[in-house]
Amino acid sequence: MFRPGRPLLLHDRAGTWFLAVLALVALVVPLLNQVLSASSPLHMSQYGVTLIGKYLCYGMLALAIDLIWGYCGILSLGHAAFFAIGGYAMGMYLMREIGPRGVYGNPVLPDFMVFLNWKSLPWFWYGFNHFLFAMAMVVAVPALLAWIFGWFAFRSRVTGVYFSIITQALTYALMLAFFRNNMGFGGNNGFTDFKDILGFDLHSDGTHVVLLVLTAIALAGSYLACLAIVESRAGRVIRAIRDAESRSRFLGYPVESFKLWLFVFSAVIAGIAGALYVPQIGIINPSEFAPINSIEAVIWVAVGGRGTLYGATAGAVLVNYGKTYLTGAFPEVWLYVLGALFVLVTLLLPRGIAGLIPARIKEAKRTAGGTPKMDRADIKAEAIGSNESPS
Amino acid sequence: MLRDKRLYLEDLTVSFDGSKALNGLTLYVEPGELLCVIGPNGAGKTTMMDVITGKTRPDYGTAWFGSDIDLLKLSEAEIVAAGIARKFQRPTVFEQLTVFENLEMASAGCRSFLKTLRARLTAAEKERIEEVLEIIGLSGHRWALGRVLAHGQKQWLEIGMLLMQNPELLLVDEPVAGMTPAEIERTAELLLSLEGEHSIVVVEHDMSFVRSIARRVVVLHEGRVIADGDMDKVQRDPRVIEVYLGV
Amino acid sequence: MKKRLPLGGQWPFVPLLALGAALAVYAQPAKDAAFLGVLGELQQASYADKAAIVERLSQTGHSSVRAVLAALLDERLYTRNSDQKVFIVKSTDADPLQLVDPVSLRDAGSASADSFTAIGTNNALRHQVRITLARFSLSSSDAAVRLDAVRELLQSLDDPTVALLRQRLRVEKNSSVRNEIDTGLALAALDGSDRQARLEAIATLHSSLSQNVRNRLASLLDRSSDGSFVESDAKIRQAAISAIAGIDERRQFYSAAETLFFGLSLGSVLVLIAIGLAITFGVMRVINMAHGELMMLGAYTTYAVQVVMPGHIGISILVAIPAAFLVAGLTGVLIERTVIRFLYGRPLETLLATFGVSLILQQAVRSIFSPLNRSVITPAWMSGSLRLNDALELTYNRLYIVVFALIVFGVVLLVLKRTRVGLDIRAVAQNRAMAKAMGIRTEWVDAMTFGLGSGIAGVAGVALSQLTNVGPNLGQSYIIDSFLVVVFGGVGNLWGSLIGGMSMGIVNNLLEPYAGAVLAKIFVLIALILFIQARPRGLFPQAGRSAEDE
Repeated sequence: MFRPGRPLLLHDRAGTWFLAVLALVALVVPLLNQVLSASSPLHMSQYGVTLIGKYLCYGMLALAIDLIWGYCGILSLGHAAFFAIGGYAMGMYLMREIGPRGVYGNPVLPDFMVFLNWKSLPWFWYGFNHFLFAMAMVVAVPALLAWIFGWFAFRSRVTGVYFSIITQALTYALMLAFFRNNMGFGGNNGFTDFKDILGFDLHSDGTHVVLLVLTAIALAGSYLACLAIVESRAGRVIRAIRDAESRSRFLGYPVESFKLWLFVFSAVIAGIAGALYVPQIGIINPSEFAPINSIEAVIWVAVGGRGTLYGATAGAVLVNYGKTYLTGAFPEVWLYVLGALFVLVTLLLPRGIAGLIPARIKEAKRTAGGTPKMDRADIKAEAIGSNESPS
Repeated sequence: MLRDKRLYLEDLTVSFDGSKALNGLTLYVEPGELLCVIGPNGAGKTTMMDVITGKTRPDYGTAWFGSDIDLLKLSEAEIVAAGIARKFQRPTVFEQLTVFENLEMASAGCRSFLKTLRARLTAAEKERIEEVLEIIGLSGHRWALGRVLAHGQKQWLEIGMLLMQNPELLLVDEPVAGMTPAEIERTAELLLSLEGEHSIVVVEHDMSFVRSIARRVVVLHEGRVIADGDMDKVQRDPRVIEVYLGV
Repeated sequence: MKKRLPLGGQWPFVPLLALGAALAVYAQPAKDAAFLGVLGELQQASYADKAAIVERLSQTGHSSVRAVLAALLDERLYTRNSDQKVFIVKSTDADPLQLVDPVSLRDAGSASADSFTAIGTNNALRHQVRITLARFSLSSSDAAVRLDAVRELLQSLDDPTVALLRQRLRVEKNSSVRNEIDTGLALAALDGSDRQARLEAIATLHSSLSQNVRNRLASLLDRSSDGSFVESDAKIRQAAISAIAGIDERRQFYSAAETLFFGLSLGSVLVLIAIGLAITFGVMRVINMAHGELMMLGAYTTYAVQVVMPGHIGISILVAIPAAFLVAGLTGVLIERTVIRFLYGRPLETLLATFGVSLILQQAVRSIFSPLNRSVITPAWMSGSLRLNDALELTYNRLYIVVFALIVFGVVLLVLKRTRVGLDIRAVAQNRAMAKAMGIRTEWVDAMTFGLGSGIAGVAGVALSQLTNVGPNLGQSYIIDSFLVVVFGGVGNLWGSLIGGMSMGIVNNLLEPYAGAVLAKIFVLIALILFIQARPRGLFPQAGRSAEDE
């Protein structure tokens, strides 16, 4: 993948560092929780483990967004919808796992259904007592929704801001729908009071640690998968589509097909992230569909640096850490900070924090038109007997 | 007809909002021929190209590619696949990709997402890219980003991208607009080198350039051909003189 | 010069007038005395007798009869223990009691409640008093009073009342009162036995729109427990069926009209919001996610105006409109100068940056005012409704908003098409480079355009404050809808915003009763996505450039 003279565009050293840090976290945090006793000052509580797990899930969501936005120019302002759908699918499995241990003691019906006086399980809940089926749904439902939505949108050449607005409307409509009590998804309370997953108690430290490690693995895996796409010829086509869509189409590339595949893959990553999020947090409700969630996710990517994959993830962790801290210490301030982040990052840091890495600065100079000395000499030699300087 | 021609345009008529862009245009292009089309603005040069590539449908007339491909029945993408490549006036190379990657993008071959995902550069493909790099004279710049190329280099790169598709017919629209004299000379060399293997139709305004490459010149005026022959013959044609008022 | 007599030739009337006045003055005390006499009997009489006394009271024709009877109805007639004199009191709760003289109806001081005894009433007496009052009110000069009187009388029809009503009908000029009397009498006739009269009654009722009438007619088709019809006359039943059909048809028509009206009023709000968006997006290619917040600022301005001038709620709205325009407009200019100016040509970045601004604005409002909703008072002249008939009632506030939206639309159109500023704006929108080359100060125009769009958003906020609660989240609820309107109507096109907004409002309202608010929204979204398939640029696309061309 590395050719002499080839710009270090994609998997540069920062990416390797990213994977290393991720591995470190996946190793150290479990140790701090399981091995150290609770009285030790370095002990990581279950709350801490869960928090880090949450950040990693958000990191995956950011990855999904960066894939389509940073590399293909598709700004989806409704991606948290796929995250939430994956979360709900996992939630449905967890609800069925509760079984007769719920408040009403019904072995089949979750509490909220008993409360609504429903007599039997709706058809779309069938099968969710099987883990594998639920996992299949975690992947399939976001994929299906993304496929249908994307097919309509891309086919009619809806791009740019129009597309973004419509994705907002999509997630908003889903939020309204899931808030309804008679949809069969728990209404405005959503799902909660989970007991265990695959037999493991969801309140135990051990389970949380395992979930954290699984999330880290999923994040690393998604990163590598995205990297593979982006480094392949398909990735070059995708970037070509981002920069000059009609030119790509003119070259014979089925632009809509590329966008659709990418969009669906991105939705699946987001769905898996959501599915990992729910057992760690212990709750899922319709506010996960709120439009602001999707927009916040976009700012994570913008802050971290889009078009880098690892930057997006780092941005997600950074911004959410800031949010956790500020909403705890100075709750009034958080929204100001978030708003200011939006404004300042777009104005001053268009390439995000990753853009401040030395290797990327050099690369930015290249793309801006200033060439390193070597190439300039070559071009001068080529210009046959003319006094014109290259553009 | 003694042998098959590459392109048959017969009696093409296209009207836009009442006025006729093409008015009974008839033109034949031989295989491997390099021909220049000139004419004042509004003569119908671009519309003719549009009809050939399928962007515009004529109200009347026929357009055949070879003896068995009816261009009027194919979509734009199908026409490209049939072997007709068009280069537009403004260079539109991919600025964020290198010269090499630009050519790779343009190489003939599968275009589906799944295939491109798994695609590895085959030896044959690599060879072809090198070949084209050689032809367009950008071998030394293969890792330069499209963005940093000079205007002339971008035009050559774009011609190179067309060549990657192994087209039988090249339509080139005003290639030397905005080029330095050195670049123009280089472009002439490039186009001449392609003659024989490809049929090339060049639309141009720059008369010295036309003179340097043209074996055959076709003059369009008000949507039809008014002169057709070598440069000298055409320059002496009274109708052409009248239309151009002293070329 | 001839000396002119005062009043010219009418002078003989003067002594006659004087005579009449004298007579009246002398006659009045006699009348008063008779009135007071009858009144005095009330305290001691039994309830049955009280009824008769009330009758005699009304027959005196004294001008205070109404007030006295109304007071009696409220149990506000009191007798002073010491001299058995009767007084009206203003309120039974107060002590000391505020007294009113029953004859002159003037204030008569106050006294402690202990020295007074109330004149009691029972249901039957109150009923009688009501009827008497109603009969009395039949000849009131106020049509509304007459209408109420007729309704009251219709509740207990007896032959003398019917006769009274018929008599009134002959002289009644007001159409709604006539209508009421007609309907009432017809309903009464239905209960009779004369078939001809009953058929005529049904014919009269055919043109009614009232639910009561319909119910009454429907009851003619009731079956008793053994399955046979309560109403034995088949012809009567037939007539009733056709009358009911007629009434239902007309009620449905008006119901549809009402839905249309609600749709228009919702659409008007959307139009007001969308106009501002269409200008900023269409002219400047700027997606302003803070547009909703600018609208919210306008709504809060209305609240602030009402806080500052609490005694003048009536004109508060009229003051609020320019105030909101200024507040929102200036905020918009500020946003443009500090943020948007640096992001031209990058619509997605503008979207994100303006979203940040919207968050800041929301939080600022929460800090300054409070996170809770504020209530904006509807001025008196906007309250109430226009009752077109029994089936259609248009609330004034919605009506005003529809008119207001159209006016704003017209004004904006005028500004854009007829003024120099508007010309500059359009020039910059169509070809920035050319406009610059012609000497137009594009930077200034950009700021003005954004200010104009924002100002209109503020004005939309004023309208919105009359329809719903004002809170920091006000902008969020409408922003998505307004963007959809712009996408639907076509970017940058005012007519597109108007038609798009109105139609989306109407469609939304048509769907809601069938599908519920949520499904209606989902349906609109899906319909919009499908619509975009056919026309990706909206109803009235901007010729030439697309939103993605920069």
